[in-house]
Amino acid sequence: MTPVLATLAEAWSEVRVHKARVVLSLVGVFLAVFAMTTVTALGLIVAQVQQEQGERYGGRPATVAVTAYDPQTGMPPAAGEWDAAVTDLTGRYGITGTASIAHEETRFRLPGGTRSVQTRRVSPSYGPLHRVEPVEGRWLREGDRDSLAPAVVVNEAFLGALGVPDLSTRPTVVISGSRPVRAAIVGVVREGHGEELLAYRVDRSAGPWDEPGPADPAAMAHGSSTLELWVPPEQADEVMAVVANDLGLALGGAQVDAYRQDSEGLEETLGLLRLAIRGAGTVVLVLGGLGVLNIGLVTVRQRIREIGVRRSFGATSSRIFSAIMLESVCATFMAGLGAVALSVVLVRSLPLESLLNGGVPLADTPGFPVAAAVEGLVAATAVGALAGLLPAVIAVRARVIDAIRF
Amino acid sequence: MTLLSLRGISREVVLPDGGVLPILTGVDLEVAAGEHVAVVGRSGSGKSTLLNILGLLDTPTGGEYLLDGEPTGALRARRRARLRGEVFGFVFQQFNLLPRRTAEENVAAPLLYARGRDVLRRRATARAMLDRVGLGARTDMVPERLSGGEQQRVAIARALVRAPRVVLADEPTGALDVETGAQVMALLAGAAAAGGAALVTITHDQNVARLADRRYRLDAGRLTPLADAAAPVPEAAR
Repeated sequence: MTPVLATLAEAWSEVRVHKARVVLSLVGVFLAVFAMTTVTALGLIVAQVQQEQGERYGGRPATVAVTAYDPQTGMPPAAGEWDAAVTDLTGRYGITGTASIAHEETRFRLPGGTRSVQTRRVSPSYGPLHRVEPVEGRWLREGDRDSLAPAVVVNEAFLGALGVPDLSTRPTVVISGSRPVRAAIVGVVREGHGEELLAYRVDRSAGPWDEPGPADPAAMAHGSSTLELWVPPEQADEVMAVVANDLGLALGGAQVDAYRQDSEGLEETLGLLRLAIRGAGTVVLVLGGLGVLNIGLVTVRQRIREIGVRRSFGATSSRIFSAIMLESVCATFMAGLGAVALSVVLVRSLPLESLLNGGVPLADTPGFPVAAAVEGLVAATAVGALAGLLPAVIAVRARVIDAIRF
Repeated sequence: MTLLSLRGISREVVLPDGGVLPILTGVDLEVAAGEHVAVVGRSGSGKSTLLNILGLLDTPTGGEYLLDGEPTGALRARRRARLRGEVFGFVFQQFNLLPRRTAEENVAAPLLYARGRDVLRRRATARAMLDRVGLGARTDMVPERLSGGEQQRVAIARALVRAPRVVLADEPTGALDVETGAQVMALLAGAAAAGGAALVTITHDQNVARLADRRYRLDAGRLTPLADAAAPVPEAAR
C-alpha cells in the first residue's frame, strides 16, 4: 500500500513543484476536455430534445397507428364494435400502452365570437405516450370522462383568444352545438403555430354532450379515430401485420391500416450526430495531448539528473516509470476535473428549454449528461497516460551513472 | 565483520572502434561495518567507476563483489535498486539536491522508496535529521537559498536519513572552501560513525583523506593501500 501512496505523493510533488510548466502544458488539455465535454453534453441534450420533439408528434418508439374504415363507404366502424375489437386485440397480445386520437372541429364561444377550433379528442394515455407537458395546469385524466363539465386543455393562443392570462381564475368556455355546455379549461400547452387555436378533450365521456349524434361531415373530413399502440420497436413489424389481420377479421372486412408513426430514423440520425460530436471532441483532445507530450519530452530530458539521483535513493525502473506516468496522469486528471466542472456550470446555466425547445417544458428535463462528464475525465486521464508514456520510457532508459555523474 | 568485499574487480568498456579500455584492474577492497576508508587518485583513474560499482549503480566486467557476504553479480535490477536504497547513502560533490524542493523535502525524498511507517513518517524523520546536521531552523528553505556548506549538510542528512550501512561520498568537500569543507567533513564522519555506517570517501583533499581509518590510492585502475594513515598523501596520487 505504501509504495502506491509514495508513488502518488512523488507524482503530486512533481506537479506541485513544476506548477508553471504543468499549467502551461495543461492549458491545451483543459480547453480540449472543456470543449469536448461541453459539446458532448450539449449534443446529448440536443439529441434528447430532438427525441422528445419527435415523440411529441409521432409518439415514443415504437408507436403503431391503426385506422379502420369501410372500403365501400369510407365510414369508420361503429364505436361499440371498434371498442370491442380493440379490447379483444390488446387483451390477447398483452399490449398495455395504447392511446386514441381523433381530430374534429369544435365550436367554442369566445369573446370575439364563436370560432371553430381544431380539437384533438384523445384518451388520457395520449399525453404520456406523446410526452405532452402542460406549461400550466394539468393534462387530461381518466376522471375527466365522468366530470359534470367537459375538461379542455388548450394552447396559449386559445387562452389569449379567451382573454385570460392564466388559469388562476379557473376559466371556462362554452362549447357550442346542439347541446351547448360550459367546459373547464384544466391545462395549457405550448403548441400550434402563431394564432392557431388548439384544444384537447377526452375522446369520450359519460356526459350528455358526448352522446352519439348523426355523423358529422366536418369530423369525417379530419379523419376517424386512430388507435395508437406502444410496442417494443423490434416487434413493431410483427404487431402491424397481426393487428391489420386480426382487426380486419373482427370488424367484418373493414380496411385496417397499421403503420409506424414514430420517427423511426431519428435514432440513427441522432446516433450519427453523437458520433460526429465525439469525433470532433477526440480530435481536439488529441491536439491538446500533443502539447502535453511535447512539454513532457522536453522536461524529462532536463530532469535526467534528478532521475539519476532518485535512482541512487533506491528507485526501481518501475517506480521511475510509474512516477513520470502518474505525474502526467495526475496533472491531466486535475485539468480534466476543472474542465468538466466548468462545463457543468456552463451547461447548467444555459436556458436550454427556451434555447432548444421553444420554451416548451421538457418531459425529462436533461441534467448534465453523466456520460459526458465521465468521458471527459476518462479522456483527460487517457491523454495524461499516453502523453506520459514516452517521457517515462526515456526516463527509465537513461543510464544512472550518466545521469548522476559523480 | 566485512561488509563490502571486492575481489579482483575489473571494469572495461568497449570503444566505438572495437578496442577495449580497462578502467579498473584487479581491485581488491574490504570495508568493514563502521569503518572509514578513503580513496585518492587522479582524475580519470577510475575513482567514480569504483564508487559506482560499490553503490550498485554499475556492474563490474570481472571479479566478484560481495555485499554482506552475498555475491551481487547475479542480483536482479529490482533487488539491486532495493539494496541501493537500504544499504547505501550517497553524497555527491555537486550536492545534487532536488531543485525547488525544500531542505525537508530533499531529505525526505529517499524515504519515499522505503516501506511502511518510514514512508508515512518521512517528514518528521527528515526534520529530525536536519536538526542533527544543524539545519533545524532551515527546513523550509529551497537549495537555491542555501549556502554551499548548508547544501552539503542537507545532502549529508539526506544520505543518512535511511540509516544506511555504508555512506559513499564523492569529493564531499570539492565544491566548498577549506574551512567549510573541514566542518562538513567532520560532520559527515561524525554522523556516519554515530549511525554505525561505514564511510567510503573519494577525495583529493589530504586533510579529508587523513580522517580515514585506511587510505588507498587508485592509479590507472589499480588500487593500492597507503600504509601510514598519518602520512601525507603522495602528490602523485592527488
